[in-house]
Amino acid sequence: MNGFLRRKVVITNPQGLHMRPITAFVEEAAKYQSDVLVGREQQESFNGKSALSLLGLAAEQGTELILEVSGPDADQAMEALVMVLNRVFTEEASPEKKAGEPPER
Amino acid sequence: MEIKRGTPVSPGVAIGPALVVDTEGYRIPKRFVDKKQRREEIARLRQALAAAAAEARTNQQAINEKLGKQYGAIFAAHALLIEDPELTREIESLIRDQDHAAEYAVSRVMRRHAKALESLRSGSFATRAADLFDIEKAILRNLLGERGEVLKYLKKPVIVLAHDLTPSETAGLDPKMVHAFATEAGGRASHTAIMAGVLGIPAVVGVGRFLTDVSGGDEIIVDGNRGVLILNPDEETRERQEQARKSYCTLESRLNELRDLPAETADGVRITLLGNIEFPHEAEHCIERGADGVGLYRTEFLYLNRQSDPTESEHLDAYLTVLRTMGPRPVVIRTLDLGADKFASDAQNLERNPFLGLRSVRLCLRNLALFKTQMRAILRASAFGDVRIMFPMVSTLLELRQCKMILAEVKEDLEEEGIPFNPKLPIGTMIEVPSAAIMSDLMAREVNFFSIGTNDLIQYTLAADRTNETVATLYSPGDPSVLRLIDAVVKAGQGNSVDVSVCGEMSGEPIYTLLLLGMGLRQLSVTPHNIPEIKKIIRSVTLEEAKQVAQEALSLETARDVNSFLREKTRRFLPEVIG
Repeated sequence: MNGFLRRKVVITNPQGLHMRPITAFVEEAAKYQSDVLVGREQQESFNGKSALSLLGLAAEQGTELILEVSGPDADQAMEALVMVLNRVFTEEASPEKKAGEPPER
Repeated sequence: MEIKRGTPVSPGVAIGPALVVDTEGYRIPKRFVDKKQRREEIARLRQALAAAAAEARTNQQAINEKLGKQYGAIFAAHALLIEDPELTREIESLIRDQDHAAEYAVSRVMRRHAKALESLRSGSFATRAADLFDIEKAILRNLLGERGEVLKYLKKPVIVLAHDLTPSETAGLDPKMVHAFATEAGGRASHTAIMAGVLGIPAVVGVGRFLTDVSGGDEIIVDGNRGVLILNPDEETRERQEQARKSYCTLESRLNELRDLPAETADGVRITLLGNIEFPHEAEHCIERGADGVGLYRTEFLYLNRQSDPTESEHLDAYLTVLRTMGPRPVVIRTLDLGADKFASDAQNLERNPFLGLRSVRLCLRNLALFKTQMRAILRASAFGDVRIMFPMVSTLLELRQCKMILAEVKEDLEEEGIPFNPKLPIGTMIEVPSAAIMSDLMAREVNFFSIGTNDLIQYTLAADRTNETVATLYSPGDPSVLRLIDAVVKAGQGNSVDVSVCGEMSGEPIYTLLLLGMGLRQLSVTPHNIPEIKKIIRSVTLEEAKQVAQEALSLETARDVNSFLREKTRRFLPEVIG
């Protein structure tokens, strides 16, 4: 079941790929055996399990990133990671969201 | 070998190994380790990372509970960064491949990333740099443990090198262990510089950037007489400086012999040499150095670092401690000379220009309870010794008269209460605001004495902040404008039988002694450490010689000319000190 998957992801939220989505992403990626790489098309890709590296991507709103997952649990990993990103971006894009509110469970 | 120059602020020469106190207050004991220690360093690193990450997770839990997951998430992010595999890889690689000590490796890597983030144009990513600094501190804290306070646990003598030292850090230095220090920032009249003098630790400040050129353990020479810092001296230089150090020590012991001799010119004119103190225990320094009294007792420390204003008893206690030590000698107590920004009872005030704002007597005149409390204590102390009261930063005649009126009221109160005090308590004012210097002829009619506060007088006259290295060269006691003002004040005093003294740092700088004497000053109040040198100069010169020097100096046009001239003239009296 060793897979290699490649997916394009667009950073939709206004604050870009900042600490909050990175935290969620890295925490999720840590659960899987597969390697995870994130980078811009045709450019260097970074370790998706390293928050520091992802921070250095400085991916602002509108950036297109390539997500590459390879390993025994690649399928599950890719699904989960994409879902995590979408969830966070939706939460952050939602207009009712105000600074002081706790996130939904 | 590298030679750097800075501002000499405390005399003496010292040679020894460097202890680098790195920026951001983090004490990195050394930068490199022996190859044999690499494994140990990596083990220490991993332990510290685990501990720091655990701390962050604990914080996360606590904040989650208190304020909600939104805020706890910050610490989750920190924990993630601390455990980041790339981070660990980079740090370990510096240790393994470049013999870095764990602390140094952590610092370099974190700063590299922080810098990269800071340079990103996007605002939200740039602010992440602050998080990285935070994490750096957390990791370092775990690596260093209590050894973080490395200045407190010194086992052998060192020379401390830092970007800057706060006054309290300086005050905590043990002269037996810290043989000298040098800082990148700082100026002559900063409290740190003054503290160095008080402690007798040779020091050079304002050197500019040099920390990146030096490692903990490197051999360093600090020459606090000439303002020189030498990194990794070669053999020849080292020997020369060792000679200089020895001869300075001999000079010191020779100066000590002057302790009980009077400060009298070669032709028998007696000069009163007093000491400036900030803390009551410094009165002993004055006695040790043979001072004739205390010419300036700065009372600000009574008000600092506390939640409430000092009580009358607290004031009185401090004053009596000084009086007990000084015996029959005069003690001039200066009333509060702080701004609202430093104040216990008024923490909300943020002035744009505190030096030109509500401070010192202005503050006191608006806060009579505060003013009167101090006046009461000073008056009560006057029953136990030769106490004199002095008002700082007086800028108009009206202010001066107001201060005197309030003093008169307080005297009446004490009389009614039957509390003893000296009804003839001598009253003086600092001349440090140019307006007061200009009006000194009229002010002289209203006081018993003047004390010229050259630190601030120079600052206000030349409009140059004495703590700002970028304009430090403008700030010079030898500036002709300042000399003219001093001259005017001295003449005003002479015309009204008012004693005039100088209490700023200028009075303790040997190159100005001839000038001040020649201009007519007969009282100098200096940091106790400087008393022997000034005394030596006084005893070596005749008043006639001093007058000639003063006359010529007053005719020169620039500070630079004045200073070179005075340096030349003074060199023959103290060659070991004047470069």
